[in-house]
Amino acid sequence: MHEWALAEGVISTARKFAEENGLTKVTEVVVVIGELQQVEHDVLEFAFEQLKTPLFEEAKFVLKAEPAKFKCRNCGHEWTFKAQGLSEDISEAIHFVPEMAHVYIKCTECGSPDFEVSKGRGVWLATIKGEKDE
Amino acid sequence: MSDPRIAVIEQRFEKVGKIIAVSSGKGGVGKSMIATSLALNLRDRGYKVGLLDLDFTSPATHVIMGVDGLYPEEDYGIIPPLAHELRYISITHYSLDEPAPLRGQDVSNAIIELLAITRWGELDYLVVDMPPGIGDATLDTIRLIPRIEFVVVTTPSRVAYQSVRRMIILLKELGIPMAGVVENMVMHPSDYVKSDVEKLGLEYLGSIDYDEAVEESLGDVDALSKTGFYKRVGEILPDFL
Repeated sequence: MHEWALAEGVISTARKFAEENGLTKVTEVVVVIGELQQVEHDVLEFAFEQLKTPLFEEAKFVLKAEPAKFKCRNCGHEWTFKAQGLSEDISEAIHFVPEMAHVYIKCTECGSPDFEVSKGRGVWLATIKGEKDE
Repeated sequence: MSDPRIAVIEQRFEKVGKIIAVSSGKGGVGKSMIATSLALNLRDRGYKVGLLDLDFTSPATHVIMGVDGLYPEEDYGIIPPLAHELRYISITHYSLDEPAPLRGQDVSNAIIELLAITRWGELDYLVVDMPPGIGDATLDTIRLIPRIEFVVVTTPSRVAYQSVRRMIILLKELGIPMAGVVENMVMHPSDYVKSDVEKLGLEYLGSIDYDEAVEESLGDVDALSKTGFYKRVGEILPDFL
């Protein structure tokens, strides 16, 4: 997913959560980022700085990376994304739409394109911490 | 805890006027031909139009329009490239013409991703070439794209229409607005589809005769725009939208 779109989504989701739970100040947002997304952490952090509203003035954005793992549905073989060595064009296609992994990646053991991304596909908000007015 | 993509989708359609989903319960009825011709007909009338091909397993709109090598520009998300003056998004921008062996959940995820990152800008109309059938992809599209209105395509074949009919019933149950039903590839006039569509309380938008020139026109938008098929789409569809 694109870093700016992701930052917008995180801020928007966290703001909604804060409103629903009566938080007047958000102090920490933890975002888990699957490796398959190939999100550039620096760009994402910069986008957070640009997009944050007063509610997030003191917020710390913590980014946690989750390595991507694949499991073949045909032979059961498991392998990692790092082992792939993809070209720049293919990496970029997967960056924008991670399911494109199914177009370009095959099981490193049996060659099947039918595999699951067992870890490291998504991006999600893990926790939000904040303060309520006394 | 929470998927941040969902929160941005609605705002991506803020400046988009009418959103028309061209759909069918059955493959092979000419859904992509009608979606593409509808988008181009609206363009002919001077509207700003987008075309979104969500049929990831059998993308066809790029073949119909003869576009190749388009790639979205990156700018705080992605900007749909222009194809024959349409703002155009297809999975083939990323998958090229390789097969995309995606399971249901993968198709859903890819659709969510594209909807979250695409910045359509100002459009009068967005025409969506929907995934076929009533599986995950269709249900997610209905759930995620705001203000979506359906044009349902069938052929006179009872085999096709029975699938399409089940889709119509599902859309009615979901409370999704439907402009009506188009009967495509008509070779012998019959009231079979029209009377049943009206019995279901829907608008029968019209029929389009089978047109051999359509196959010949594939990849050539100028040739397509001269076919009887294209003109008929222009006659029966935009008036209802």
